[in-house]
Amino acid sequence: MIAYIMCFVLFLVGLYGVITKRNLVKIAVSLSIMEISVFLFFALLGYIDGGVAPIVDPADPARVYVDPLPQALVLTAIVIGLATTSMLMAIIIRLYRKYGTFDIREIKNLRG
Amino acid sequence: MKGMTLIVKKTTQLMAGIVFMYGIYVIVHGHLTPGGGFAGGVIIAGSLILVTLAFGSDFLKLVKEEAGTTLIESFATLMFILIAVSGFFFGTRIFFNNFLPKGVVGHLISAGVLPLYNIFVGTEVAASIFIIFLSLIIFKEESAQ
Amino acid sequence: MNQLVPLFVVIPLAGAFLIMILGRFFSELNKYLASAILLILAVFSIYSLVTTGENPALYKTGGWEPVNKIPIGIYMVMDGFTVIVLCIINIVGFLSVFYSISYIKRYTAENYYYSLFCLMVAGMNGVVLSGDLFNIFVFLEISVISAYALVAFGVEKNELEASFKYQVLGGIASFLILFGIGFIYWKTKTLNIADIRHVFSTGYNRTYYLFVEILILTGFGLKAAIIPFHAWLPDAHSSAPSPISAMLSGVLIKAAGIYVIIRLFFNMFIITENMAVLITTLGTLSMVIGVFLAIGQWDIKRLLAYHSISQMGYVVMSAGIGMILISRGIKPEIASLAVAGGIFHLVNHAVFKGLLFLNAGAIEYTIGTRDLREMGGLAKSMPATHATSFVASMSISGIPPFNGFFSKLIIIIAAVLAKFYLLAALAVIVSIITLASFLKFQRYAFFNNSDNNKNLNIKEVPFPMIFSMVVLSILCVFLSLLAIPAVRDVFLTPAINILTDTLKYSTSILGK
Repeated sequence: MIAYIMCFVLFLVGLYGVITKRNLVKIAVSLSIMEISVFLFFALLGYIDGGVAPIVDPADPARVYVDPLPQALVLTAIVIGLATTSMLMAIIIRLYRKYGTFDIREIKNLRG
Repeated sequence: MKGMTLIVKKTTQLMAGIVFMYGIYVIVHGHLTPGGGFAGGVIIAGSLILVTLAFGSDFLKLVKEEAGTTLIESFATLMFILIAVSGFFFGTRIFFNNFLPKGVVGHLISAGVLPLYNIFVGTEVAASIFIIFLSLIIFKEESAQ
Repeated sequence: MNQLVPLFVVIPLAGAFLIMILGRFFSELNKYLASAILLILAVFSIYSLVTTGENPALYKTGGWEPVNKIPIGIYMVMDGFTVIVLCIINIVGFLSVFYSISYIKRYTAENYYYSLFCLMVAGMNGVVLSGDLFNIFVFLEISVISAYALVAFGVEKNELEASFKYQVLGGIASFLILFGIGFIYWKTKTLNIADIRHVFSTGYNRTYYLFVEILILTGFGLKAAIIPFHAWLPDAHSSAPSPISAMLSGVLIKAAGIYVIIRLFFNMFIITENMAVLITTLGTLSMVIGVFLAIGQWDIKRLLAYHSISQMGYVVMSAGIGMILISRGIKPEIASLAVAGGIFHLVNHAVFKGLLFLNAGAIEYTIGTRDLREMGGLAKSMPATHATSFVASMSISGIPPFNGFFSKLIIIIAAVLAKFYLLAALAVIVSIITLASFLKFQRYAFFNNSDNNKNLNIKEVPFPMIFSMVVLSILCVFLSLLAIPAVRDVFLTPAINILTDTLKYSTSILGK
């Protein structure tokens, strides 16, 4: 149970970072922390105590296997996370070129 | 972007080929062992990034490289879709149908179309991660100019 | 028919990468290829609208048959509600991409534009068609990542800032959705929406799932910009190129947000009164606050973006009224009337808000500004833009005989019959304020002759832009035919039935 709670704490750490940090890159890193907490949660979902890798052995059908589906989901989600992170980084580099700073307080053209 | 020192260059020469071959191994054995298209593609992209970082290259060459890699990436994705659709034409009119013979479990050439999927996913992932890396460098070089 | 369902995803996906390859060698091909792809999809979606009746078309990816009636593959489902949203996506998509042929010339990298556009359409079609919770997430991310890139397409200060804001909030939304999916999978051990519903009907732990419902509602509410989560929408929708604004505002927030909220809360979760009241409250808040934020704006596209929030409030509110009545188990006919009003307004909003953004794009294209105070006297020099924007403005403010009037009328009648008099009164007041706001738009953009000598040599926009706007304005008039019961029975009733009869979706897919 403690592991599940730690996932949620990690999520909140990421959220705290997104809300309070002023640096664009630090916001991106905080988003990645949130993402990783969700992946950890999924990895825990598939875990079964005493389970082995889900490669079915015909000789011994009664063994306990871990749930393979969350692992597949996490892999897919990691790929998506790669795309979002790189997209965010590209935007940050462009923003830095336009404004000459990473400080989010200086970047406020849009309002209202 | 400038290259690094002689020691780094020499070590990279020794390492990059092995890393690349290992990536191919992971992709080809994707249906037998853990790993597969995505993991192997990332390893291949890692070797390409290693070479680019160690030897460096000028701005124009980077842009040209990016164009070529984009072509490879689009081509690999199209091939993936083509295999998926070809399931529609052979056999039971279902996309993602595994229409090739399955073979013996554990052999290198088995599991129908899965190795083909792995190969194209590997190409796609290697190309797209390399594109991401190149475009981030290009952005940075543009802003330095 | 069943076997062709995945083509909605496959064609635009293949098209996106084909454009990237062919566009490099033939520079003029990309726009025609993209238009052709979207035209095929639009025709195909209309065909599906006509053929799909009460029974959902089911497609099992990879040919994985269910074991013991438990689905193991990924399902794609096309039912009445799906088909309506598919039609919106592909028709508005085709008209936007046709409009782009002239509009996007001033940007560089047209290949990337059309390729990302096709990817976005593929993602949205996938979200709508998917019958699997995790696949909804994957397709959602495909469409939303393309939208991030398209919002930043101008790579100027405003565009980049808007895209950054959109990405951070969209990222948080994605993780909340993923968390919610994880919690559902933890308890039910399945991801198929119909199967989850089946598991829920055997036992439903209300406190546990209340938490999950709130996670999911927050996540998709962020994507749909319901009011406490709306901060990114005005920036993103006003900074994007105009055809993309039309797609984002007209289609993306519906396909990625409202559609999924309605689908999951009607057909997957068991409707509880607490959630129904919460959803109705959020809808009413967006309806009222959105319009008050809109009326003070001087930037056309910001004004339209705030109106999107307000009009989506109508849809969410009427769906919420339907949910309240279903959860109480009383007056099913009024519940279906409320849901009908919501879906009807969803369709109408896609058409007139798409048209209004295209008009704003046409004005920006000719005079180069989005500020209402710097315009004036455009009525003579741009007759087509003027006429179509007049139709759209009257339609969004609910003036008969345009379509917006009928959908708002149905929503208000449903609210009155369900004895929510306050909500009905608020809906009428918001409609009047909307009218005031659009009269301001009309006056300052087209009639105010304060600086007419500056605007004398303005020409009308090129043919593709006029064509898209005229088709959408014709749709604005003809969609009011959906208010006639005979026409409604053919197109809207299957969608309403599958939503209000909450078990029907699950039983017709699982066959038990």
